[in-house]
Amino acid sequence: MSNKLTPKERMAIERAAMAELAADVRSRNFEEVNLGLTPEQALAEARRCLQCKNRACVAGCPVAVSIPEFIDALAADDLPRAAQILRGDNALPAVCGRVCPQETQCEALCVRGIKGESVAIGYLERYVADWAMLHPDLLLNEEAPAATGKSVAVVGCGPAGLTAAGELARQGHRVTIFEALHDTGGVLRYGIPEFRLPKEIIDKEVAVLSRLGVTIELNVIIGKTLTIAELREEFDAVFIANGAGLPTMLNIPGENLKGVYAANEFLTRVNLMEAGRRDDCSTPIIKRSEVAVIGGGNTAMDCVRTARRLGAERAMIVYRRGEAEMPARVEEIKHAKEEGVEFVMLTAPIEILGSEEGWVSALRCLRMELGPPDASGRRRPQPLEGSEFDLPAGVVINAVGTSANPLLTATAPDLNLNKWGNIMINEEGETSIPGVFAGGDIVRGGATVILAMGDGKRAAAAINEYLKGKN
Amino acid sequence: MFEVVSNEILAENLHKMVVTAPRIARARKAGQFVMVRLAQGEERIPLTIGDADPAAGTITLFIQAIGASTRRIVDTPVGGFIRDVAGPLGKETHITNWGRVACVGGGVGTAVLFPLVKALAEAGNQITTIIGGRSSRYIILADELAPLSESLLITTEDGSLGSKGFVTGPLSEMLADPARAPLAVFAVGPVPMMKAVANMTREPGIETIVSLNPIMIDGTGMCGGCRVQVGNETKFACVDGPEFDAHLVDFDGLSDRLTSYRKEEAISHAADCKLGKEVAK
Repeated sequence: MSNKLTPKERMAIERAAMAELAADVRSRNFEEVNLGLTPEQALAEARRCLQCKNRACVAGCPVAVSIPEFIDALAADDLPRAAQILRGDNALPAVCGRVCPQETQCEALCVRGIKGESVAIGYLERYVADWAMLHPDLLLNEEAPAATGKSVAVVGCGPAGLTAAGELARQGHRVTIFEALHDTGGVLRYGIPEFRLPKEIIDKEVAVLSRLGVTIELNVIIGKTLTIAELREEFDAVFIANGAGLPTMLNIPGENLKGVYAANEFLTRVNLMEAGRRDDCSTPIIKRSEVAVIGGGNTAMDCVRTARRLGAERAMIVYRRGEAEMPARVEEIKHAKEEGVEFVMLTAPIEILGSEEGWVSALRCLRMELGPPDASGRRRPQPLEGSEFDLPAGVVINAVGTSANPLLTATAPDLNLNKWGNIMINEEGETSIPGVFAGGDIVRGGATVILAMGDGKRAAAAINEYLKGKN
Repeated sequence: MFEVVSNEILAENLHKMVVTAPRIARARKAGQFVMVRLAQGEERIPLTIGDADPAAGTITLFIQAIGASTRRIVDTPVGGFIRDVAGPLGKETHITNWGRVACVGGGVGTAVLFPLVKALAEAGNQITTIIGGRSSRYIILADELAPLSESLLITTEDGSLGSKGFVTGPLSEMLADPARAPLAVFAVGPVPMMKAVANMTREPGIETIVSLNPIMIDGTGMCGGCRVQVGNETKFACVDGPEFDAHLVDFDGLSDRLTSYRKEEAISHAADCKLGKEVAK
């Protein structure tokens, strides 16, 4: 049916608008903001795809999802096939459909975006993945691969680890994931809030891996409970994807006042430990009516929108550059604004002020202006002299970034690291220890879920080749 | 799941629990801790590994039941399970043979001190152990520490056991006597006690190590909640510690950060008491 549409007819269809919870309602609860497409919307959106031969969108996808193919199956109303294609390329499609920055990846390269709006690939991915979760009985059965007799240890149960585990299990290898925390998902669970990625989605994606035979061992900290050397003895190959690590401190006075959080602590308390989300939760969180979040990335948006949901009347983003320079996804910025978040731009904190009792009372800031571009290509912010002012705040959250966690690498002296402590790998994703591969934020520094997944996928292919050579 | 093998009461609100955790028992060194979460929805709590038996695959935890969460942990019966035990975390104690050392423990800090004393004794140190508490009911592990120590001194605030006063009393006598002065001091206890010990040993320049117990969430360096000021640097107790050079620690800052959730804890305590009353009815 889809093939019967002429390009002109396809061009005439307008891009679907995602239904959302009303901003005034959602800014006071943790329910998912985006509600998903209706079947009619999804079908129409799929038919907007021109099915062009050069598949530019696929080149924009770090895990190279067969985008035109799954969309074509969807346009033909063949959801089981669409789901099969999608799942074949992407271990976590329901996650990616929600958190990928499509506007800078697949959708940025969509030809329909040249003169108008690109196909809403992310919305369609989410639609197909959600459908598949609701209809496991209708899915085309995956044939169980023949067991290879080879075993792989995956360190970390985040996006890179889960992706690699899925790919390797599909090749018939016996996979064990070791996770340091008490639950699965890594940053998907402790970092990304419920209103952007419901925890139920992670549970279901993980369940798919369990059905493939992947074993997950929680509460095992590689580098502490077991070492890489021990894993190397027990398994035929190892994939390290233990994520980003230590919060980068602001190094300004007042950072140790009560009410100053690093983003990871604030988000972990609310997301992983459910502080402020359940009345009977035993993990506390400090709530104040004025909350200042320092930073301009997705983590900063997650923090500020969470603070709003915990009851903040003034939830503010404080960022030293302008809105155009913010690394956060466009959708996160839009949602935050709709929810009443204030954007205090071209502003850099210089000190956190406190009360006599040691509680945060304000953030002392300088106004900035943008100078010539720096090494990152973005215009460098410069302070305006005499522009000092105080922003009242009861909670200050530092969301400027993280640096490599030395927990694992400190006990693996043979692992070559760069000067920032990130693990060095070759083109195949292999580290300086033969048979030990690495990917995700421990290699890249802080990056995105989908880049980590791309690393997991590439490393799995390399590990598969490595294991073939080990007969 | 981690099975509770034994659970005994050592003193008021202080339990000694032995838990099955073979990998941790094998890997653990003196000075390290575990993160414990009793069940779904509960807090993650850092607890020092008091002892371990690698052959039996068990670790020993000393747990002071002061908050709602720790009370629920110690209520776990023998044969019951703790859902999450992760570790061993933190750096191991730097153990060497100094010769004469003093080990000072206050209240439940004595439980944290115990594995250090054991490791120091194994390394051949002559140890004077000083432990203190409010009254005799709060003096713990005296029988276990005595055979590891050259001498064991006990102080209580009310004089109900040992000498009346604080642990700093016997320590200052030691420092004043050149024949007894220690070459290193290990101190674990309430923040004011550790601060007092640090102040006493600073001038004579005696190496002094304290073990800190700030607020923690993950215990792996990820959240930064356990940060303490040590000299001019911000350190994370979970990965850089929990032991630090006492002469560099900002004890006042640590003390203040420990009160961050006092209000929430009071509410949770009140809710538990109310629940208790209702059950009693």
